[in-house]
Amino acid sequence: MDAPRSARQRWMSVLARADTGVLRRLLNQRAPLPAYTVLRGPEGGLAMVRGRAGGGGAAFNLGEMTVTRCSVSTEAGFVGHAYIQGRDTARAELAALADALMQDPLQAESIEKHVIAPLEHQQALKRAERAGKAAATKVQFFTMRTMRT
Amino acid sequence: MAYVAVKGGERAIDAAHDWLAEERRGDPAVPPLGVAQIQQQLGRAVNRVMAEGSLYDPQLAALAIKQAQGDLIEAAFLLRAYRTTLPRFAHSKPVDTGAMRIERRISAIFKDLPGGQMLGPTYDYTHRLLDFSLLDDEAVAQGPVAEAVPEAMPRVPDILGHEGIIEPDVPSEQEPGDLTREPLSFPAGRDVRLQALARGDEGFLLGMGYSTQRGYGGSHPFAGEIRMGEVSVEIEPAELGFAIDIGDVVLTECQMVNQFQGSKTVPPRFTRGYGLVFGFGERKAMAMALVDRTLRAEELGEDVTAPAQNVEFVLYHSDNIEATGFVEHLKLPHYVDFQSELQNVRKMRAERGTPE
Repeated sequence: MDAPRSARQRWMSVLARADTGVLRRLLNQRAPLPAYTVLRGPEGGLAMVRGRAGGGGAAFNLGEMTVTRCSVSTEAGFVGHAYIQGRDTARAELAALADALMQDPLQAESIEKHVIAPLEHQQALKRAERAGKAAATKVQFFTMRTMRT
Repeated sequence: MAYVAVKGGERAIDAAHDWLAEERRGDPAVPPLGVAQIQQQLGRAVNRVMAEGSLYDPQLAALAIKQAQGDLIEAAFLLRAYRTTLPRFAHSKPVDTGAMRIERRISAIFKDLPGGQMLGPTYDYTHRLLDFSLLDDEAVAQGPVAEAVPEAMPRVPDILGHEGIIEPDVPSEQEPGDLTREPLSFPAGRDVRLQALARGDEGFLLGMGYSTQRGYGGSHPFAGEIRMGEVSVEIEPAELGFAIDIGDVVLTECQMVNQFQGSKTVPPRFTRGYGLVFGFGERKAMAMALVDRTLRAEELGEDVTAPAQNVEFVLYHSDNIEATGFVEHLKLPHYVDFQSELQNVRKMRAERGTPE
């Protein structure tokens, strides 16, 4: 249904779900954070979440969610953006910075290895844990033949 | 006559609010309740406040519950008020519930559902006996974990849909109406109805849904499927020009399947009602699906005879923030209004010669 995800869409989706403390630690562990300028924000706002009637029909507005956005520019001239769920401004700023660094050919490999890949792994583990718990509640119902005469 | 305002009373109001803060805190010898505790341990209340406050933010919902001393309608009101202070950055692409990371999925019509049925963290099949171990905060054992086999989990109507025996979804790219931007007006399309139901009061919708089962606009429903889990939310910011994931929301979806006699143009088949709510809110999703279907009576050529089929009646009364505002305003001083009513009644009695 949707176009395959680009590399940037992938890392932005990982950054959007990152825990603030972990993201800060991973970014700092690698090397001191490079200098950057905040172009916009970080600022809080809303996104209207939409669903579809019946799951696949016409769109409707389900309700809003809180979102924080931020845009930064690095000294090397790369502009990073972040739109993330919730109200954590520090997280939005770090995510925007990581997005900018991932576009910088001199930084991308290191950020991928030390930040994006570990975050993605952690997020996959968390999902797998929930899926495993759900799988344990998988049920088989049997219809009783004698209930009807 | 119009409401005539009063003034004064500031000192009493301040004192009342100070006392309220003290009452909210309760006995200082008992540790205060943290917002994180509410978020983690009163999840169903948090979900309900997010759904009826129409704002997905578990931490803010937990804060609102704390501030409102657990009054969930007051808490939803706080969320609705908060959202008016924020700009809207975007609307999401319609979420794909077919790609939900399923934590619960059951069907009352398909025993052997492709992808299987999963009970999830449910109160179903519990004995509704008070669990006194919770008084002592005993440690909770880890639940079992099984290997999750990645499997497609198609929505049940999409499975039946291949036979043409159930009405299909009709995709449309039309811009949906938005109750947060334009007030409710009639006739209300299904898009606006679903938005109103999704943020409607759970108790009201439950009563309305129940009334349809008891014969007031009945439509022979079956719970085709209920699913709960996380879905990704995507927006497309103008400065990027492509869609990005901004996070995940937990949703509960209900597909009601209803018998339909057919009409002049449509053969007999199953029709559907749809429920979708923020969080794990199964009762609300089911009630919403029942009411969504009865509100389609006119579209499907059925007689509109029952309250649950009356679009204006349901939509004008489903919002608990509006309802509580109008009901509770009655307690504000109405001295001038009542004085004029008093004079009227006295005059009528005098005219009739009623002895004083």
